[in-house]
Amino acid sequence: MFRKYPLSDRLFDLLLAAFLAGVFLVTFYPFWNILVISLNDATDSVRGLYWWPREFTLDSYRTIFRNGELINSVQVTVLRTVIGTPLSVLAISMMAYALSKRELIAWKWFNLFFIFTMYFGGGLIPSYMIIKSLGLIDSFWVFIFPGLIGVFLMILIRTYMEQLPAELEESAKIDGANDWQLYARVVMPLCVPVLATIALFVGIGHWNAWYDSYIYTYNPDLKTLQAVLVKILNQFQTGAMLTEAEQLANTNKRIPVSGESIRMAVTMVATIPVLLVYPFIQRYFVKGIMMGAIKG
Amino acid sequence: MEHPNIMTTKPPRTVAIGSRNWKKKLSAQRYLLAMLAPAVVWAVLFCYFPMAGLYMAFVNYQPSLGDFWTSLFRSEFVGFEWFRYFFQNGDFWIIMRNTVASTMLTLFISFPMPILIAIALHEAKGILFKKTVQTVSYLPHFISWVIAANIIVTMLSSDGIVNNILKFFGVIKESILFLQEGKYFWWIVALGNTWKDMGYNAIIFLAAISSINLDLYEAARVDGAGRFRQIWHITLPHLKPTIVILLILALGGVLNAGFDQHFLLGNGLNRDYSDVLSTYSFRYGLQNSMFSYATAVGMFNSVVAFVLVVIVNQASKKLNNQSLF
Repeated sequence: MFRKYPLSDRLFDLLLAAFLAGVFLVTFYPFWNILVISLNDATDSVRGLYWWPREFTLDSYRTIFRNGELINSVQVTVLRTVIGTPLSVLAISMMAYALSKRELIAWKWFNLFFIFTMYFGGGLIPSYMIIKSLGLIDSFWVFIFPGLIGVFLMILIRTYMEQLPAELEESAKIDGANDWQLYARVVMPLCVPVLATIALFVGIGHWNAWYDSYIYTYNPDLKTLQAVLVKILNQFQTGAMLTEAEQLANTNKRIPVSGESIRMAVTMVATIPVLLVYPFIQRYFVKGIMMGAIKG
Repeated sequence: MEHPNIMTTKPPRTVAIGSRNWKKKLSAQRYLLAMLAPAVVWAVLFCYFPMAGLYMAFVNYQPSLGDFWTSLFRSEFVGFEWFRYFFQNGDFWIIMRNTVASTMLTLFISFPMPILIAIALHEAKGILFKKTVQTVSYLPHFISWVIAANIIVTMLSSDGIVNNILKFFGVIKESILFLQEGKYFWWIVALGNTWKDMGYNAIIFLAAISSINLDLYEAARVDGAGRFRQIWHITLPHLKPTIVILLILALGGVLNAGFDQHFLLGNGLNRDYSDVLSTYSFRYGLQNSMFSYATAVGMFNSVVAFVLVVIVNQASKKLNNQSLF
């Protein structure tokens, strides 16, 4: 049975494809452009650069990987991600398990106590003062503790836990398991998919965090990669306001590396790890979002 | 990540089982309570202490009087003086205008895009093509605003792609310095926000579309409806509840202009347009050391935002029987 599609429908398909191709281009091209600029000779880039590096060079990357500040910032960022993510997943999942038990003492109050923090807060200045009074200024732990819990992430895990068949826990309980053992040996292994989702969210959050490092640390050894990138961006934004004469003077010198190409290379270094874990996030996060959205 | 939880429905109430003896229950639940303890400590230290710190807005805070709490309670009480100062000086209207303009323009552009993307992804042919587009469209959501701001600044620079395209088509002769002229700023933020989240926000609409019964489309085809009419009469009506809820929620966030984008893209030259409540509070507090004033501005922001969320929640309850809390 062959049915010919009417012309209007084929036109419609074409329109759809064009629209989606546009979406693809708009999201993909900026990353590509950054990559191309970071791989091109800086003097040459001034002429404008779109699809391929004209004068290929790795000099920008060589420069930044010889820079102590940047190497250190990558180390700090990796460290906070590696330490912060498991701690968060542990704390959030324990919290979720406790709050998944409606028979918990004062469950309603605990729940309200946490949910309220999602919608109201002390804001910037009081938070800064508290963090200061807790001695967390210029401490590595300022990257870990203030963001330890995510109430929204807790709700995702709790929702998942509530869908697990109750019989599993009940049979373990009959065998004499206490709540901790139920959590650690029965519930956690069943929650791997949702925990992986949460870990990816938290991990990416750590990798992307800049504000805490920017505000709460003064020690250059504690600056994260993103905070260094903010500094570079600020320098660029101020630099872009140089007079035209100064800009001309700068571009007349032939240099393979410029502030611009360095900025692009650092941007790429900050982006690439996200791209690398991206296939894994892809698999999990859509599921994770759906769980929270639909099942509730 | 604000969106997904909106669908959260109230869990069914279960009758508390176990001993009515409070102490007995406490000891029976000691492991559960211990597991909850880190979260409680966290919330007290990093959420409720700062809330108590909002008292700063009602005093003339002098950090020199001792540690934070000592200074706080020894500083002179001034009542609503800082709030009055904020409302009566000329900054208030500029800051409010920028905040509302930025969020409303963002809403206007970034709200329809995910719906269009979801419908297009649903309707288009070619699994591989669709998967590729979808995968790539999520990507900007997962990078930081720092990276996004770097990308935006590069695209909009005088020898960047945007200026070159405009020059190629003869729209302009000289490069426009987009970030140095305030009048472009709200558009830049709105388009940046849209770019970053349109693919990600399409997920929730895709989920809603995928739950539509395919028989409906078949029936419409038999009745001779073309593709566009199928979308108009089947897909969109099914998306309506989701659209209404998300729209109401978005309206509740009208004062929450993101700090990151305004701070990172803002500069001295576009400040009259880029300064929003959060960046204004930040500048006065941490850069000019007017702690109490900055706290008052921040508190105004939090309280109004909270009231809006409560109103929005009531509206959402009425409309869809779905509650945030």
